[in-house]
Amino acid sequence: MSVPKAEIEQVFRDVSGRVLAMLIARVGDFDLAEDAYQDAVATALERWPRDGVPRNPAAWLGTVATRKAIDRVRRAKTQRTHQDTVELLEEDRASGNPEDDDIPDHRLQLIFTCCHPSLSMEAQVGLTLRTLGGLTTTEIARAFLVPEPTLAQRLVRAKRKIRDAQIPYQMPSPERMPERLTAVLTTVYLIFNEGYVATSGQSLMRQDLGGEAIRLGRLLIHLMPREPEVLGLLALMLLHHARAPARTDHDGSLVLLEDQDRSLWDRSLMSEGIELVRQAATFGVPGPFQLQAAIGAIHAAAPSSADTDWPAVVALYNVLEQLRPTSVVRLNKAVAVAMAEGPDAGLALLADSRLAKSLKDYQPYYVTRAELLLRSGRPGDAAQDFERAIDLTANDIEKQHLQRRLTAARK
Amino acid sequence: MEYLLLLYEDERKWQEATETDRAAIMEAYYTYTNSLQEAGVFKGGNALQPVATATTVRRRNRERMTTDGPFAETKEQLGGYYLIDCANLDEALDWAAKIPAAETGCVEVRPVMVFE
Repeated sequence: MSVPKAEIEQVFRDVSGRVLAMLIARVGDFDLAEDAYQDAVATALERWPRDGVPRNPAAWLGTVATRKAIDRVRRAKTQRTHQDTVELLEEDRASGNPEDDDIPDHRLQLIFTCCHPSLSMEAQVGLTLRTLGGLTTTEIARAFLVPEPTLAQRLVRAKRKIRDAQIPYQMPSPERMPERLTAVLTTVYLIFNEGYVATSGQSLMRQDLGGEAIRLGRLLIHLMPREPEVLGLLALMLLHHARAPARTDHDGSLVLLEDQDRSLWDRSLMSEGIELVRQAATFGVPGPFQLQAAIGAIHAAAPSSADTDWPAVVALYNVLEQLRPTSVVRLNKAVAVAMAEGPDAGLALLADSRLAKSLKDYQPYYVTRAELLLRSGRPGDAAQDFERAIDLTANDIEKQHLQRRLTAARK
Repeated sequence: MEYLLLLYEDERKWQEATETDRAAIMEAYYTYTNSLQEAGVFKGGNALQPVATATTVRRRNRERMTTDGPFAETKEQLGGYYLIDCANLDEALDWAAKIPAAETGCVEVRPVMVFE
C-alpha cells in the first residue's frame, strides 16, 4: 500500500485546526501543543504512506500528539509548572480509547483566543491562519509580503502574551459576545481583503488568501450556525469572490464594476451568497456584514450597471451608515447616490468637509471624486484628483490604470 | 499620608541582563524592600510584566473599546491604581472597564510578575 504525499497533506490541512484546538485545551499551552502536533505529523509521515491513512485521522493525530506532549513534558521536568500538565494528560489517557471516538471540538475557543482584542491585528491574523487555517509560517509570510523572521517573531510574541497575560482559552461571556464576535469577523474579512487587492507589488489579486478566508468563513458557520453576521460575512466574501474573474482584463489591469463582463462572474458562488443573505435576514437582526452582502446581492442580480436597482443600494447604505458611520461607508454611499441621482448628487456628499478631511490620504476618495467630476463635465478638476490618486497608489497595475484615466481626462 | 512610588525604566535592561546581573538587581530590591518594612512604611509593591503584555480599556457611550498595547498618549496622567486578583485577563478587563476613569480616560491592565 502506498498513499500519495499530496493526499496525506490534504488530510493534515483538513484536520490540523481541530487537532490543535483540542491539544491546546488539553495541555494549556500553545507552544507545547504546536510542538507535539508537529511530532505527531512527523510520525504520520513515516507510517501513513506505508500503512494507509487511519479511519479517523484527527483522533489518531490527537492521541499520538498527546503522547508526544507527555514525552516533551517529561524531558523538561525541571520546569515545575508542567507537573500539573503531566497529571492531566495521564488522567486523560486513562479514560477510554480516543481512537474510537471523535475528538472534542475546541475550535471556537481557539478562534476567540486568536482574535482576542489584547493582541495586535497582525498577530490575530497570523495566529488564526497558523492555527485554524493550518498554513505554515512561510506561506503566511509570503501572502502578507513580510519577511519570514518578522512573521515568526510576531507569532512568538503573540503566544507569549497569551501565556503571560493569561488570555483565557474560552468563549467570551454572553455580554461580551457581540464585541468579540465582531473582532473575529473583522480578522477573517481582513484576510479576505488582503487576498482580494494586494496593497503593493505587481499582482492585483492573491486568490489563495481569499480562498483561505472563505474556508474560515465556512468553518465559522459550522461552529456558529445561529449568528446572522457570520452568515453575512461568508455571503459578502462569496459575492465578491464571484466577481474575481472579471476584475482584471487579459493584461492584468483593473476593471471597474460598471465595466466588468458579467458573463465571467461565477454564478454558483453568487447564488450561494444570495441564499446566505436570505437566510441571515430571517433572523431579523441586520448587521454591517449582512448589509454589505445584501448590496453585493443586488449587484449580482443586475444584468448591467445601468440596470442596477441603485435606489435599493442607496437605501441599504443609509442603514449601514447608521450602524457604522465611517468615512469609507459614506464614500461608497456617495457612489451609489451618484448612480441613482446623477454625479452632482454624489459630488455634493463628497464635498462634506469632515469627510474630505478624514479621507485626505485615502486613494479611493480621489479616484471616486475624479470619476464623478469627469461625468459631471469637469475634466480639469478630475485630472487633479487622478494625479493625487496616482501619488497615493503602491500597486503597479492600479497605477497604470489611473495613468490611462488621467490621459483620458486631459483630452 | 500614603504615597505611590512609580518605577520607570528601560525594560530591555532586565531582559538583556545576565543571570549574575539579575541576581544582583534582585538582591538590591530585596534589601530595599526590607528597609521599607523595617521602617514600617511598606504597604505593598510588585514588579510588572513587560509592556508587551499590556492591554488598554476605554468606555465611551457605554461601548467598550479594548486595544492591544500600553497606554501611550501624553494628554492624561497616571492618577491611581488598583491591584486585583483574577482568574484570567478577561476577568481583569471586565473589572478595568468598570472603573470610572475608563469612561473619561483609560485603564491599562498589566499582569504582575511572579518570581519563582
